[in-house]
Amino acid sequence: MEAISGTAFVVATIVKTLVFFVILLLGVALTTYMERKVAGFMQDRSGPNRVGPLGILQVMADGLKFILKEEVTPEAAHKRFFLLAPVLALFPATVLFGVIPLGSPLPTPWGRVDMIVADVPIGFLYVLGIASLAVYGVVMAGWSSNSKYSFLGGLRGSAQMISYEIGLAMSLVPVLMLAGNVEMPVLVSMQQSFAAGPGTYGVWFIFPLLLSGFFFLVSGLAETNRVPFDLPEAEAEIVGGYHTEYSSMKFGMFFLGEYFHLITTGALISVFFLGGWDIPFWRGDNIRVLADGTVIGDPAWWKTLLTMGAFTVKTTLLVVFFMFIRWTIPRFRYDQLMDLGWKVFLPALMLYIMLTAVAVFVLDRAQIVGPAFAGALFGLNLLLMLIFLYLLDRGRLVRGATAKTRAATATEGD
Amino acid sequence: MIADFFFVLFAVMAIGGAISMVLARNPVASLLYLVVAFFALSGTFVLLDAHFIAAVNLIVYAGAIMVLFLFVIMLLNLGRSEKVDLRGPLNRIVAITVAGAFFALLFVALSAGSQTEMAGGMGQATVDAMLQSRGAVGVVADPMFRSYLVPFEITSLLLLAAIVGAIVLARRRAP
Repeated sequence: MEAISGTAFVVATIVKTLVFFVILLLGVALTTYMERKVAGFMQDRSGPNRVGPLGILQVMADGLKFILKEEVTPEAAHKRFFLLAPVLALFPATVLFGVIPLGSPLPTPWGRVDMIVADVPIGFLYVLGIASLAVYGVVMAGWSSNSKYSFLGGLRGSAQMISYEIGLAMSLVPVLMLAGNVEMPVLVSMQQSFAAGPGTYGVWFIFPLLLSGFFFLVSGLAETNRVPFDLPEAEAEIVGGYHTEYSSMKFGMFFLGEYFHLITTGALISVFFLGGWDIPFWRGDNIRVLADGTVIGDPAWWKTLLTMGAFTVKTTLLVVFFMFIRWTIPRFRYDQLMDLGWKVFLPALMLYIMLTAVAVFVLDRAQIVGPAFAGALFGLNLLLMLIFLYLLDRGRLVRGATAKTRAATATEGD
Repeated sequence: MIADFFFVLFAVMAIGGAISMVLARNPVASLLYLVVAFFALSGTFVLLDAHFIAAVNLIVYAGAIMVLFLFVIMLLNLGRSEKVDLRGPLNRIVAITVAGAFFALLFVALSAGSQTEMAGGMGQATVDAMLQSRGAVGVVADPMFRSYLVPFEITSLLLLAAIVGAIVLARRRAP
């Protein structure tokens, strides 16, 4: 089936943008509610349960409160940037969502509509480019507030986000090696379960690239500025960090931005490592669009709905997983955070990229393709994962406070 | 039509950002305006079908180098003095001459109808065919890792040497 074109394409794109954006906004609103419920669950209490059935209208109450609160702009603030910062905090996560394939192509009377707002030819380079702009929201807020605590939060935020962006980008290099392509829909079609033929692996990338997935998960979590990586807004040390001076809906935008980021990170992990919209153990959804426009498999509207459902389930589970982490692990110390990024992740990723490159080369030479290829890489990754986790275990790579004091006193004694 | 609209939008953003950057007194503000200019430039690259350059421009300049600059300016707390270096008639004359010469050069280069030569003599059809067969990244990667592999590796060695040198210089001397 021909891809949609001409005026119909423009109309389809506008409709897709509106629909997906509304879905994303609803998702964010529900995620804030979910966070409270998960927190309640983790701490053995009920969570919000007063407004509406099961407290679900709490979201509306919060939104109303954000809007009705008095808005304060500090006298000494740099007005223009102070206003712009909350917008910039929302912008990257929202724009990133446009390149994520959300479901199998939808056949319509006017042609095939791909379930992706913008199928950019640079795929995940776009993701990296936009993600690298996320830091400006934090820095601008911290600097323009003209207050000590905000400034410290901004500094911490910028240092942390540059450090973990490296992890984020480098953990995608092995994906690039397997995929040989940067286009997001192609990435999904390569991971479709049991798919056969050239250019497919038949399994999700989390298996052949387990370690890569782990690095991406942790770096992505650090980019969202959430516990255990919430040092830019550590309330015990620097009040509220970069958003100390913000009130009313301006604070609300930072608050929502965090959840936008959370959902986008979950969606990205789904696409890169969990097969995107692929439904596991089912061949019916193996629909691929080749570069020349031919379609393998037969698209149907119910398949589009099913695959979008699968994608939503994956993303939601990842978001819940992030919430579990938030309510389980305490905050890092700042030097531990930097050590982990620069002294652990960077060298480990360099080594991992080298090893993956060698493995891919050897397997290519041995003419091993498809699932066997993925299986061999999975074995290698399992081994590397065990070694890495053994080394990462407390005290071996990231030193605890007691070990640090002991080392310090030992040097003084010499 | 839509492309024209976006070209004008990005062009205004880029030029506005650049002018604001020069006019801003505060170094942090002027740096943020520069980021706006970079972002708009990336947009114009996309309109020229140079998707890869657009992404790299965002990742390297707007995302990495500018954040580093911002970090340094904020850490060193620069820009508290309001003095501007470009004062005095002599400085102004030099600045105007250099800017005028640069624009004259641009005008000559563009009015001589040398746009096609700038693209390496390739027509739009050739570029489109290459994009179709190799993808936006492959078009850049192919020559870089086949024809120009050695210069590429030497450049990376040079950068590595610079990094090592910076660390050696920055390291505290042993007591």
